[in-house]
Amino acid sequence: MNPVLKEILQKVSGIDNVPEGAYNFRINGMSELHSNSENTEIVSKPDKAGIDIIVKPNSKGELVHIPTLIDHSGLSDLVYNDFFIGENSDVHIIAGCGIHNDSLHATQHNGIHTFYVGKNARVKYEEKHYGQGSGTGNKIISPKTVIHLSEGSVLEMDSAQIDGVDYTKRLTEATIGANASLISKEVILTTGHQTAYTDFRIELDGKDSSCSIVSRSVAKGESKQYFYSVINGNNECKGHSACDAIIMDQAVVKAVPDVTANHVDAQLIHEAAIGKIAGEQIIKLMSLGLTYEEAEKEIIEAFLR
Amino acid sequence: MLKIQNLSFQVTNGTREQAEILKDINLDIPAGSFVAITGPNGSGKSTMAKMIMGIEKPTAGRIIFNGKDITDTSIDQRAKEGIGFAFQQPVHFKGMQVIDLLSLAAGHKLGVEEACNYLSQVGLCAINYIFRELDNSLSGGEMKRIEIAMLAARNVQLYIFDEPEAGIDLWSFQNLIQVFKNLLAQTNGIIIVISHQERILEIADRIIVMEDGSIAKDGSSQEVLPHLMFGVDKCQFYGRRLSF
Repeated sequence: MNPVLKEILQKVSGIDNVPEGAYNFRINGMSELHSNSENTEIVSKPDKAGIDIIVKPNSKGELVHIPTLIDHSGLSDLVYNDFFIGENSDVHIIAGCGIHNDSLHATQHNGIHTFYVGKNARVKYEEKHYGQGSGTGNKIISPKTVIHLSEGSVLEMDSAQIDGVDYTKRLTEATIGANASLISKEVILTTGHQTAYTDFRIELDGKDSSCSIVSRSVAKGESKQYFYSVINGNNECKGHSACDAIIMDQAVVKAVPDVTANHVDAQLIHEAAIGKIAGEQIIKLMSLGLTYEEAEKEIIEAFLR
Repeated sequence: MLKIQNLSFQVTNGTREQAEILKDINLDIPAGSFVAITGPNGSGKSTMAKMIMGIEKPTAGRIIFNGKDITDTSIDQRAKEGIGFAFQQPVHFKGMQVIDLLSLAAGHKLGVEEACNYLSQVGLCAINYIFRELDNSLSGGEMKRIEIAMLAARNVQLYIFDEPEAGIDLWSFQNLIQVFKNLLAQTNGIIIVISHQERILEIADRIIVMEDGSIAKDGSSQEVLPHLMFGVDKCQFYGRRLSF
């Protein structure tokens, strides 16, 4: 890996080199580095770009890294990754995509991830998106995540768009079985003329199923953010979504909640709050000796943590 | 040493009439003083405290701190000069943890033990609080105690507490008084507490009573306290039969 790829690997995965456990590094549209572990097998798809990640039942403490790194300007990469998580297993998956673009061509990665989570399994899925480079070409990352949660399973999804992504359209679809739970937290920062769409479509099908969809975002400059969340309560279930956004400069933020109870025992809540940084927060931190700019930075960093 | 010279503050209200919030205030507070400022609601206590911190700007007069005229300096410059302020209504921050705020106040990243030291002074068990977010999940009383711990962490020369007792339960009250005593002993600076609480007024070296934007009384606790009324605010209509 060249130094640029190493730099963006660190940004999206927090590692400098090949990690412990199973991994697959997708670099400029190709599967470059690859390793299985005792309980996790990663298999390339024979008919299209992408991999199957297969975790054996009852596997505990599994760690899987699947970063995607791009520094070829103009590349448009489409990949299909399917996750088969065995019953009663406990897996931590660190994905993420970083694009370095020094040229004028748009560079794009679209990852389509489908999770099949077995009974009583637990998955922690982290996905960090980042763009950098001196070129004028757009950096575009648009993931689609499809989640099927079997009875008693839990998927905790932390997604973050930390900086430099010019356009994103992220779609997350989930069907949630009995006693299963989806916990999603996303943080998004947009600046300049960037645009971010986030779209959740959740079906709470099983008895005592639940979901928590929390989005925190900061929109600066002339950027635009659109948050949509659709939660359908089709059984006795609990659903919660919250969109909390700080708006700055000439940015635009739109939040569209949509909760539908199709069952008398469905309990669904949506919260949406959009506003600028409160003046009292700035004053408070300035009274600790921070300048206006330092106070603003601290508030945003904490909000997006 | 804090000197307030001819400090006045006027605002234009909704009917475009001038309202005088502070009227020609003069004060001289030497180092090593524990001063309580009291008085009815709307008498100008909090406005004066905010002016010392730089949150409000006076329409006339000067503020001198440690021999330096700070009247035209910003809030952060005054903080760096050694002035600290605990807000009457502590501010919530989504995502910011208690230890983050304490670290910003101390000026360096605090370890768990150091954070514990500040929180235990206000009767909070650090392990339950240091990683809590400063959001609506904390009660008003908890926020208030964290605000006091924050100011204790600042290590400044002038500590201003704006109604610190509000929301503090009886069990925590003794801790609060001990915090003031410790800060005074450690820094030999100035502690200004805006308060209506008799027990705080009793331990102050000096009590300043404000009324209608002016200083009505200024003296030792023994001199001033017997003349204060701790009862229902006087109302011109109280006890009269009203018809609407």
